[in-house]
Order: sequence, then structure tokens, then C-alpha cells
Amino acid sequence: MPAFRLFWRQISALIRKELMALIKDPSARVLLLAPPIMQTMLFGYAATFDIADVPYAVVDLDRSAASGELLARLDGSGLFQREATLASPSQIAPLVDRGDVLLAITIPPDFAAKLEAGQPAPLQVILDGRNSTTAGMAGAYLASIVNGFNRDNAGSGATGGVEIVRRAWFSPNLESRWNILTGMVAGLAMIQVLMVAALSVSREREQGTFDQLLVTPLTPAQILIGKAVPSILVGLMQSTLVMAINTLWFHLPFNGSLVLFYFGMLSFMTSAVGIGLAISAIALNMQQAMLYTFFVVMPLMLLSGLITPVSNMPEFLQIATYANPLRFAMDLVRRVILEGAGLSDVAWDFVPQLGVMVVTLPLAAWLFRHRLS
Amino acid sequence: MTSPSATVIVEGLTRLFDGPDGKPFRALDAVDLTVRAGTLTALVGPDGAGKTTLMRCLTGLLRPDEGSVRVLGHDALREPQAIQDRISYMPQRFGLYEDLTVQENLDLYADLHGVPQDVRRDRIGRMLDLTDMARFTARPAGKLSGGMKQKLGLACTLVRSPDLLLLDEPSVGVDPISRRDLWAILADLIAHDNLSVIVSTAYMDEAERCDDVFVLNGGRVLAQGTPAELTRQAQGLTYTATPPPGTPARFLQARLIDAPERIIDAVPRGGDVWFVRQPEAPEAELGALLGDAAWHPRSEALEDAFMLLLRQDQRTPHPAPVEAEALAPTGNSGQTDDAPEIRVRDLVRRFGDFTAVASTSFDVRRGEIFGLLGPNGAGKTTTFRMLCGLLPATSGTLEVAGHNLRTGRARARSAIGYVAQKFALYENLTVRENLEFFAGAYGLGFLETRRRVRAVMAQFELEPGLLARTLPLGYKQRLAMAAGLIHSPPILFLDEPTSGIDPLARRAFWRSITSLARAGVTVIVTTHFMEEAEYCDRIAIQDAGRMLIVGTPREVRDAAGGGGDIDMNQAFIAIVEQARAAEAQGQAAA
Amino acid sequence: MMAGADTTRRLTALIRKETRQMLRDRSNLMVGLLLPIVLNLLFGYGLSFDVRNAPVAVVLEDRSQMAREVTSGLDGSPYIDAIHVDAMADAERLVREHEAVAIVRVPSDFSRRAGAGSAAVQVILNGSDTTTANALEGYIAGAIGTAMQHRADRAPGTGRGGATVIQRIWFNEASDSTWYLVPGLLVIVITLIGALLTSLLIAREWERGTLESLFVTPVRPHEILIAKLLPYLVIGAIDIVTCLAAARFLFHVPIRGSLIVIFLAAMLYLAVSLLLGLFISGKVRNQFEASQISLLASFMPATMLSGFVFDLRNLPWPVWIVSQLVPATHFMPLLKTLFLGGNNWTMLARDSLILIAYGAVLGIATTRTLAKRLD
Repeated sequence: MPAFRLFWRQISALIRKELMALIKDPSARVLLLAPPIMQTMLFGYAATFDIADVPYAVVDLDRSAASGELLARLDGSGLFQREATLASPSQIAPLVDRGDVLLAITIPPDFAAKLEAGQPAPLQVILDGRNSTTAGMAGAYLASIVNGFNRDNAGSGATGGVEIVRRAWFSPNLESRWNILTGMVAGLAMIQVLMVAALSVSREREQGTFDQLLVTPLTPAQILIGKAVPSILVGLMQSTLVMAINTLWFHLPFNGSLVLFYFGMLSFMTSAVGIGLAISAIALNMQQAMLYTFFVVMPLMLLSGLITPVSNMPEFLQIATYANPLRFAMDLVRRVILEGAGLSDVAWDFVPQLGVMVVTLPLAAWLFRHRLS
Repeated sequence: MTSPSATVIVEGLTRLFDGPDGKPFRALDAVDLTVRAGTLTALVGPDGAGKTTLMRCLTGLLRPDEGSVRVLGHDALREPQAIQDRISYMPQRFGLYEDLTVQENLDLYADLHGVPQDVRRDRIGRMLDLTDMARFTARPAGKLSGGMKQKLGLACTLVRSPDLLLLDEPSVGVDPISRRDLWAILADLIAHDNLSVIVSTAYMDEAERCDDVFVLNGGRVLAQGTPAELTRQAQGLTYTATPPPGTPARFLQARLIDAPERIIDAVPRGGDVWFVRQPEAPEAELGALLGDAAWHPRSEALEDAFMLLLRQDQRTPHPAPVEAEALAPTGNSGQTDDAPEIRVRDLVRRFGDFTAVASTSFDVRRGEIFGLLGPNGAGKTTTFRMLCGLLPATSGTLEVAGHNLRTGRARARSAIGYVAQKFALYENLTVRENLEFFAGAYGLGFLETRRRVRAVMAQFELEPGLLARTLPLGYKQRLAMAAGLIHSPPILFLDEPTSGIDPLARRAFWRSITSLARAGVTVIVTTHFMEEAEYCDRIAIQDAGRMLIVGTPREVRDAAGGGGDIDMNQAFIAIVEQARAAEAQGQAAA
Repeated sequence: MMAGADTTRRLTALIRKETRQMLRDRSNLMVGLLLPIVLNLLFGYGLSFDVRNAPVAVVLEDRSQMAREVTSGLDGSPYIDAIHVDAMADAERLVREHEAVAIVRVPSDFSRRAGAGSAAVQVILNGSDTTTANALEGYIAGAIGTAMQHRADRAPGTGRGGATVIQRIWFNEASDSTWYLVPGLLVIVITLIGALLTSLLIAREWERGTLESLFVTPVRPHEILIAKLLPYLVIGAIDIVTCLAAARFLFHVPIRGSLIVIFLAAMLYLAVSLLLGLFISGKVRNQFEASQISLLASFMPATMLSGFVFDLRNLPWPVWIVSQLVPATHFMPLLKTLFLGGNNWTMLARDSLILIAYGAVLGIATTRTLAKRLD
């Protein structure tokens, strides 16, 4: 079909040109490759709630065999790091204030005596709540150690000690960095995909090449496709980079199908590009394109489950996230990578993304034509 | 106090830049230059001669690699701020704040230069009058036409009387009327404020008004002197030739300019051809070249001397004449020869209340060169954008290559080539990549693309691997032309294609345009160089959205009155001013 | 004194120009004033690490009284929404379909082994959402522990007592994550204003060629810098006040330190982030690249590496060094302390000095990018 061949020829020329414009300058190439690599490495290490060696201080007013054993358990757990052994509870405040310790334990003088008497023996624990999530984590560690202490010291026939046998599917050690690492596969790429798509038209407007493009027989639809494809490729490339670092460096499993993963990413990038192109059609210059992009990016990131789970949000915001393709891309990535989910498990993740595409792409095309006159 | 005799003393100034090939080249090479206080000095020379670099060294924006620059008694390397406090400078591309209004731009520069309030009101008022922009003070600068922006930049530069005024090609894209006014301002400033002016220009009539002229080429001063001294160098070499009746002057001009071993320069002028012979070529040899054209000596002009100097300099590139056949459209547009290639009927374009183009009608025949002239803001660009399908018309009919632009826009577009005002190309792509992209955008196949890209690169002598960004302006224009011609369009639209281009490159450009027209390409061109209108078969003059006159250059000159002796510049000014006077009278009567 | 008057006049003109340019573009105001409000609402209402009503499948394979008592704590927990299913297979299906995030299984030999003191409850968590899984593990353990405690209380004297943890969380008694997310938001908003609004300011002037004309006037480089800074300081100040008001009146986060001190410290950090944006803009001279770099250099690290949500204590040293280079890292703990802890003068002095040093270095470096040179 000659009409189709002509159509394809024109589009492929445009795609080639857009790709060259993106990767021609060495600095532009660096900007496409370095950010996902650097961010994945940095944030992979930084974005974790798991704290090894919780720094703590202790005030042991009991100095009994029992208190000694409890502290030995803490120090030997590998989870706690004793920073200070204090004589009086009044010395705790400055250490916590300065952030030198996250947790302080006061063992009252009658600790051993109460244990011996079969009474509850309270431990006074102070946590630094300036980050209540970390504090909660440290509190949970402490509770599990105290639990073990109780179980081993309770006499036979005790009913208090029920062992909780924990098993985590898909992530045996429940490493909290896995959450960010899988989230970044879609999230990091989205930022640049949106920006590349949003700036692609306004950059031509500012440099005066847009008119030159418009006098060619290229139709608005062709121009849109020609601008969309390179952005999508950029996104897929970045997702692949993050994915590779995840598996090769951070040793995340890849349990699902690679084909399904890329199919999901393709669908996600297309819907993100739809948003980007709609922005580019609205923006008159690069500054506007960039600022509008960020106006959109921030809520998309925050309402995606990248940092905090969507299920913790109030109902109305959970409903709002249905307009957020990133939320479903993240869900899809986590399910496919970690859970080994198949197409039937994640099919519903595609629906909202398709919805976004169906709205944004025609909108971009319409705005495009509308703006021309 | 500075020495009253010399405002600028430049000695042995050398400035290196990294060339496109990575090797350093000398943008300025041991330049000596002295400017006397209270004089008007012109810098002329082709693109890449070093004019802008020299200006920037004078302002302290660029450091010299060797030599010294003293401006107003200050060393430009050590005390640039002391210089910048006392000079005004208009760069080639004056950076207006597009989101600020005309008035706000003017006020900003007045404040920065510390112009007192009482002086300022006067001064800005005068500038607005002079540039004919008093109506637009509340308009954002970004919404002005290209020429208006240039005039506003000039007005911003002239909000105060500095000790030294540096103008880098101030009249690029400015219409003849504004240009005349601009020079009136300069003359006035020099007379009253005793300031010194250095101006770089591509217009020889402007250089002719200066006290001193420096001809730069390849980073060196080729010649210097008063205009009269320089002009004298072409004495005895200049002639006028009249082609036999029925032959367009540009045919004869093309023949002459294609014989560089005997002819220095040839341009069409008032139906005749003005030419300059090589000093080594005896008069007797000219007869064979001129054929049946009558010819006689004429008095020399500065432009003749300028062309002579450049042609004789070894460093001047010699652009080869363009073979029209290679660029000609492969097939015609399907029109019969008689039908007009472009048909415009009652074309109107309004923006809100403002009528940019009022009921305009004209035809352009196949193979014709049609010039669209007019003052800045006359509606030329609007007309042009409608013809290219970039802007829908409010009402009226537009047919291009037989396609109505309302219904067959895509098909009409594939029949036209378009060269935008600022040679919009992808700057970080190479010459070849740019051309290949446009070939693809027009749907050329793989083999066809290769063949066409090779052909246009050879024709315009383009180096395939160079980045578009690194090309000198003249070569950017060639690349833009090459891109516009990549699909062998039967119609070519050129929007101020020679704006900012030096006379040498303009000759080469027009040589290729006339060949294209001979090969059957229809060309529509806008320009502010009125002498270029002489290349056109017919020209139209537009003002305030109305078409004032359409006709051959001779008809236009005749309509302007004043006999056959006036040049196109004068004719243009006369026609526009007559029309404006009639309009004012009509309004007064009503 | 003449020079002073000149400077003032030029500065006034430049500030007027920058303000006009800022106000004329709607996108500036959208990001400068509207986005902080949107973020406030999202952070305050939307973001939370506190799990609520997490669906947990409960499988009682032992139907004894004791087994029911053990899991009764789950039914009462505000964090957990217990779904009772009959068979383990059903529970597993719920987890796979994301209908439940965890399984609590009481095995059939539970009461028998309880008699022998070795009773065990199995908890299975979906680790693909580690944040929820980690939090949930604590809640489930807590609920079961409490239930067992009640049981033990009703039958006392059967053995030795156990140690109990009486926990007090300083600064955030209710352990509400909003309390630390909202002060952190102020840091994010300020960083955002700096990164986004100023990063194009100088690059745009380079690209459009306006600097060449501006350079050859009596204007001094630092005047250009100051004029670009001031309008955005005003926008930033409005945002700081907005955030403080939202924190106080909308989200009821305690502000225990002095409001004036918080405001001044925030203005200092604002100046640093604006300067960082301007520096990138002046250095890169290209809008496309400046926008990307500023996002990568300021905003993302401020979110991830500043101690906003993730504790910096256990970073590997290369990452730790990077985190210390981020200005936000030196403001985030200060602001959280000023909000939740009160005025801590040593911390204030130390962090302010670091920020002032940043500001000075960036100010000088940016002025140098505006040196009137084209080469």
C-alpha cells in the first residue's frame, strides 16, 4: 500500500530526527543515562526503613542477672548498637535531642524482683518520634527481642509465650528497599518521559523550527506519533536500566515474564507520553512546558504508592488514583517482578492506563490542531 | 578625560575560536583600527569577516588573545565595566524581553542607563515617533513582527546618548522607510551630542554615509578610508548594459556573473544591468560576453569598490554558480502553463479587531519570481503564512498549485518549499541529518533521498558532516534553501531569505533563484533590500494590510513618478508615503 | 553616594522587570502558589505510613476457645480488617489476588502444643509491598501479644512474669506519620520553588540572547542576581506561611519551637535553594538541560536523601557523603526538631551556619556565571 508506505516513511524520518536530537549531544546523552543509574544506586541504599544497629542508650538501675541477660540479648541481636550506658534517666534527653540515639531503655531497680514474683516487669522505653516510621520499626525490633526473652525465661506451663512464626512471600527478608527499587522502575522513567514529551514541541516553537515542520505534508497525527515514539523509547530504556541495576546489583528476583513486563511498561509509557504531549500542546514555551509538567508529576508520584502505600490513603484519594497511570504501572511491576504474576493477574492494571491514553492522546491531537490557528 | 582625538584604539587584535573541525581559527587576525571621536565609522565585510567579534571585543564581552583594545581611554581587558558604563551597544540579535511590553522594555534600559526622568520622556517619545511604534507601547515585545522587534531593539539602545555607540547590523530586516529614519537619528545624535558611532552593516548605501569605512575579510582589515577614497578604487571599471527589448535584465545579469574571470560583479538595476569588469580584462573582451546588449561606462559606487576588494582577496570563497537543472522540479504541479500557480482572491485576515490583511488579490504565474515588499508590520508575514497554510484565512480564496488551501492543505504543502525568516533548522543535527529529515518528512524514498541529498549538497556546496549550529549565517541560509528544495517543489516560498546576509552571498543566492525560475520553479520572496526587487518579474507593495501596487519593477518605478532615474528604494518610499498621505486625507475628509 | 543611588535605581528597574516577567506567566504562579497548596493537601491527607484496615485473612484450623481468643485481638484492631476464611487455600488465593495482604494461621495442633509451652501462630505476609508488610507484622504481633496477655492475666501465678515494654514516643506521642511528613513537606516545597522556578531564569536569557544586551549596560553581575532572587523570595515566603498555617490549623501538627525562628530558618533555606537553581541555570545555559539537572540535583535528593522519610543513620559511606552534600539534609532535621521538639539552639546555630556557607558559595559561583563574558 503506497499510502501506508508514505505515511511510515514520513513518520520514521521524524522519529529518527527526534532520537538524534535527544542523543546527539554528549551532555544530552549523559542526561538520559546518568540520572536513572545514579538515582537507583543512591536511593536504593537510602530509601529503606530497615535500620541495622539501632543506636540506643541504656539506664540499668537494676544491675541484676536478668537485666544483664536482656541487654546481652539486645547487643547480641545485631539489630541494636549500644551508644551509651547512663547512670540516670535524666541523661537521656540530650542524647535523644541530638539524634545520637534513637531509643533509650530504662530498666527499673525492681526488674528482676518482679520477674521473679511472676509479675509484669515494665521496661521504660523512649523513642525518637521525629520519624515515627523508623521509631515504629525500632520499637518492633525491641518487642520481638523482649518477646524471645520472656519465652525463654517463662517456666514450663506458661501460657504467655506464643511464638509467632513469620513468613513473607515474594520478599523473604522483607527488605523495605525493595519497595522503592521496584517503584523506581516505572517512577524514575516517568519523570523524564513526561519532560521529553512535554518539551519536544515547545523546544521547536522556541527555536523556530516548528513552522518549518508544519509546512511539510506531515499531519498533526503524524507529528504526534513521531514525537511520542522517541519519548516512549527513552522511557523503556530507563526502565530497563533501573531493572538491570535492581536484579544485578541489589539482587532482586525477577519471577515473572519479561514480555509481560515490557508490555506493561509500553502501555504505561504510552499513557505518560499522552499526558506529556497534551502539556506540550498547551504550553507556549519551554518554561511553561516544564512547570506544567511538574505540576502534574508531583501528584502522580505522591499518589502512586512509591513512598507510602495507596491503601493508607483516605477513600476519596484512592479513587483519584485511578486517573494515575503510575499507580497501576507500579502495581504491575511489583506483581510481575516479585510475585511472578501472569497476564490474567494484572489485566486490570491496563484498564486505567488505557483510559488515560484514550483521553490524553486525542486531546493532545485536538489541542495541537486547535493551537495552530 | 579621554583623548579627544581617538575614541577607540585597537592594536594587533587577534582572537581565536575553535573551528567546526576542532582546530582553532583566527576570527580576528592582527587587526589595527582607530576611531576618531565624533565620527561615524562603518565596518563592512562578508559573514565571518570578524565584524561581530570585533564589536564584542570593543564592549569587553570577549577577551582578546593578542593585542590591545582601548575604548574611551579604558583597557577593554582590565576595565570592561568602565567601558560598559559609557557605551551603548546593540547586538546583532537584540535581546528584547518578549513578555514585557514595548514601554516596559524601553523603561528598563532607560533605568539601567540612568536616564533622568525629564530627559527620558522626551527621548522615549522621540524614539517611539521615529520608529512609528507609539501605537504599540502596550503590546508585548514578543507580539511584534521581526522588523518591529529590530526597531525596538534600536530604540532601547538609543534611550540615552552614550560616549560611544556600537551597532551591529542595526538595519537587518528593517524596511527602507525606517532605515532612512534610523540614519536621520544617527546623524542628529552625532551633530548634537558629539558621540562616536561604530556600525557594522551589509548595506553599502549606509556605509557611504559614514566618515570612515573599514572593509574586513577573513579576520583582517582589507582596506580602510573614507567612502570616496575606497570608491575611487573601482574607477574606470564600472558600466551599464541594456539588454535588447524583450529580454529580462536578469538573464543578462546571470550571463555576466557567471564569467568571474572577466566580470567582478553584475546586478540588475532599473531594467539595465550594472556591472564591474576585472581590471585585467580589457574592455574589448567584454563585447563577446555582452552580445547584443548596449553598454556604456557609468560612475562608480562604493558597492562596486567593495565587490572589487573582496573578489581580489585570496581568502574570499568563490561560490560556484548553481546548475538549475539539478534543482528543477521533477514534474510540474499538473497545472497547464497558462493557469496561475498561485491564485489569491479577496484574502482577508483579522486578529480580533485588527485587520492584518485587507481584501488582497493577485496571481503568480508558473516560473515567475514574485516579490512581496512592504514596511515592517504591513502584513507581509501574515500573507506569507496564509499562503503556506500556516495560518487560516479569515475569508477569501487561496489556491496553491491548483489546491484550495481550505480543502487540500496537505497536498498544497507537498508542492511548496519554504525557507523561514530565521533559517529555522535543527541546530544540533548535521547538514546531512537535517536534509535527510526533510526528505523523509516529504515522503521521499530511500534511494530518492540519497540522490536528492547528494544533489542539493553539491549544489549549495555544503559540507555534510558539519553541525548546523556551527555554520556561518550565509551557509545556514544555503542549508535552509537546500532543505526547502529537497523535494523538488514547483513553488518556493522565501521569507526574507537575504536578511543579514552579506552582498557576496546575496549574489550567489540570487544566482540560484534566477536559475530555478528559468527551470520553471515559481518563487515568492519577501525582502527589505529594494535593489533585490530588480531580480523579480513582478513585485507587490503592501502597507497596513492593503495591496498598494502590483507590477513589474519598471511599472512600479514609473508609478512612483520622478522619472526613470529613481532607484527602487526611493520608489518604494514614494509609493508608501503617497498612499499614507492619501489615506490621511481620506480620513480627514470623512 | 552617587554609586549607591545608581545601584538602587538599577536594582529597582531589574526587580520590576523580573517581577513582571514572573507574574505574567501563569505557569509560574501555578507552580509557585498553587502547587504548594496541592502538595499540602496531598501530604496532609494523602500520605501516611500508618496502616489502617489492612485486610488480613484469618484461618483457624484449631477451633478451640484458646485459638479464638488468640485471634480476637485482630478483630478489634483499628489497623486490621480480619477476614475469616475456612481453609488455607482460600487465604492464599486472597493474597495472590491482592484481596488480603497477610494471613494469620492458627494450626490445628495449637492448643495441644500450647499445653507444652510451644504454641505457634503462623503469619504470612505479602512481601511485594514491604512497607505495609513491615508495619503489619508489628500490628499482628501486638494484637496477638495483647490477647495472650489478657489470657495470662485471668490465670495468674502459673509461672514467672514477663518483661513488658512501656513505650513512650517523644516528639510524636501518637506516632502519627503526618506529624513528620508535614514539616518535611515544607522542606520539599521550598526545594521545589528553588529547583523549578529559578532554574530556567538565566538559561532562558542566554538562549534568547537577552544577556548580551543587558551585559553592555552599567549593570553589575550581582545586581542581576539579586533582582532574580528577590521576587521568588517573596513567593517562597508566601508558601512558607501557607505551609505553616496548614500544618497548624489543618493538620494540627504541633509547632513547639518559635514561629519566628522557624520562618527565618525556612527563609535561609529558601535562599539556598533559589541560589542552587540559579547556579545550575547560569552554568548550563540551556533550558532543557537546566530543568532536568535542577530536578535531579535538588528536588529528588531532598525527597530521598535528606532524612525526610528515610533514616540516614545506616547509609553506606559513599551514599552518606552524597546525602551530606544535599543542602536539604542540613535543614530537614532542624525543621522537624523545631516543629516537634522546640527551640534547639545548638542545632539551629550549626545548621544555619552550614546553610549560610552554602548560600555564600552558591551566590559567589552564580555571580561568576554572570561575569560579563561571552567566551
